[in-house]
Amino acid sequence: MPIPYTKLVIEHFKNPHNVGEIPDADVKVTEGSPACGDMITLYLKIDPETKKIVDVKFKSYGCASNIATASIITDLVKGKTVEEAKNITWKDAAEALGGLPPVKVHCSVLAADALHSAVELYLEKNGLVREKEPTTVDKVYERLSHVMNPETGIDIVKSRIVKSVIVNSGVVEIVLGIGENSQFADNIKEEILERLQYLWDVKEIKVIFKE
Amino acid sequence: MIYFDNASSTKPDPEVVKEMSDFALEFYAIPSSIFSHSLGQAVQDKIQEARDYIANKLGVSGNEIVFTSSGTESNNLAIKGFAYANKNKGKHIVTSKIEHISVTESVKRLEREGFEVTYVGVDKQGFINLNELKDSLRDDTILVTVQLANHEVGTIQNLKEISKLVKEKGIALHIDGAVAIPYTKLNLKETGIDLLTISPHKFYGPKGIGILYVKSGTKIEKLLDGGFNEFNLRAGHENTPAIIGAKKAFELWDDSFVTHLREIKIYLYERLLKEIPDVELNGTLDNSLPHILNVTFKYIEGESIALRLDFEGVGVTTGSACYSRNLQASHVLLAMGKSHEDSHGSIRFSLSKYNTKEEIDYTIEKLKEIVDDLRRISPLLGGK
Repeated sequence: MPIPYTKLVIEHFKNPHNVGEIPDADVKVTEGSPACGDMITLYLKIDPETKKIVDVKFKSYGCASNIATASIITDLVKGKTVEEAKNITWKDAAEALGGLPPVKVHCSVLAADALHSAVELYLEKNGLVREKEPTTVDKVYERLSHVMNPETGIDIVKSRIVKSVIVNSGVVEIVLGIGENSQFADNIKEEILERLQYLWDVKEIKVIFKE
Repeated sequence: MIYFDNASSTKPDPEVVKEMSDFALEFYAIPSSIFSHSLGQAVQDKIQEARDYIANKLGVSGNEIVFTSSGTESNNLAIKGFAYANKNKGKHIVTSKIEHISVTESVKRLEREGFEVTYVGVDKQGFINLNELKDSLRDDTILVTVQLANHEVGTIQNLKEISKLVKEKGIALHIDGAVAIPYTKLNLKETGIDLLTISPHKFYGPKGIGILYVKSGTKIEKLLDGGFNEFNLRAGHENTPAIIGAKKAFELWDDSFVTHLREIKIYLYERLLKEIPDVELNGTLDNSLPHILNVTFKYIEGESIALRLDFEGVGVTTGSACYSRNLQASHVLLAMGKSHEDSHGSIRFSLSKYNTKEEIDYTIEKLKEIVDDLRRISPLLGGK
């Protein structure tokens, strides 16, 4: 076995649940991209009265942990309200799968991200979110706390890789305490850009490596 | 297990293992030519015999053959050892963008230590761009280090042209032949190579042994300090049973292996192309190693394919980021101009003399199901 997956991960990988599309979905999101190696499209059908997720389907371009996490997360959200679904994390999915190898956390986060984005989008669409807020240092830190250090599976804020964050009229400057040539530098930078580039008031993101 | 990962390592020939085992039990002393007991001298004779035998196969002299612990160590010793010993002549080194990690990491260390390195690009099939190579050579270039053939796609470099360009300028040439020798022939004298890495476990020999050919008169600095072993180029007790095993691997090598390998490789490729849609070759079929075939299955990810094949008892590798420790897609495929997607969906089949057409037939049947399954759940097809 190239990677130490649990039996449950392999079961879900071999026979994933809820695969497919929902043509009349209330919300459909795609997270990740083929370039970063993993991509998920998630479809939700939501009861407008009860706000319960009545149907969920996904399609995945990705590795085993990506497929398995998407499979279990779709199992977990079925029948839940959107508010409940918002609180389901990749950790819940990973636990439900009996654990995931740390190096694979990166791939499994995507399914949870897709779920959260889908719920956010649904809320936005239906006028259920507050006004756009300006991007603050705290907000940037919050987003960075979703970026994993693939080596440890611990996010780059908690593992103190992020040294400083400055936000100044649309320019976000992030200093990382790792070398530009370190094993995961490119990967982490790519993730940071993905997390921040769509914030409505962010014009430029500078990632600086300082060992 | 149907094992198609022979470019990583092969199953040693049983005769190799037998010789090593017999040798290990009988000739356990350290090899010593003088000032030793008779067992040490007997071991020394055996090692010298192996050294001379391998040298003879390569058309060189026994005192040009250095035994190390691996292909990686041979590459380290060749590159760093040469750079340290010749830094007074210049501090510029040239390599390619598709080298093995042991070469890339060695030159990267030298970069950190003040050397300058130029990484020459390759074309779509993985051939080093000769004009770029020519232009990269400078007055202070001391070493060019490139592989004989690529470990992921099998493309064999045009060594004649490369050595002509390099030797014309009086620059030293290190060739990493780890995955290529003896699958492709190489004339050491004619090409003027100064340093050559060989890895016996790639051709049914044992692991734990590497060979470095060091042309007589080539100055290199030892990296492992200690005793005076291996012409004072590499301290530490030689892995004597593995040296004997390496010699046996050379003895057992038969050029008919190449014919068999090429035949089953083409058979595999043709069936893939005919029976599975959207399969693309990475590399070339001409001037490629007879045992390496690298293809991309479009719209799906390689780790999933490799894992599903593993469940069916078939062992392959992939250039997908998901499969690698650093989550980076294959640098070889990217340097060849392949997209990240193509790299993620790439599978390397590397064959051995033990593989059969029947094994390939089984693999094709399983692959059809796997590729079909994974494409059915892939969002890239847009419902296709």
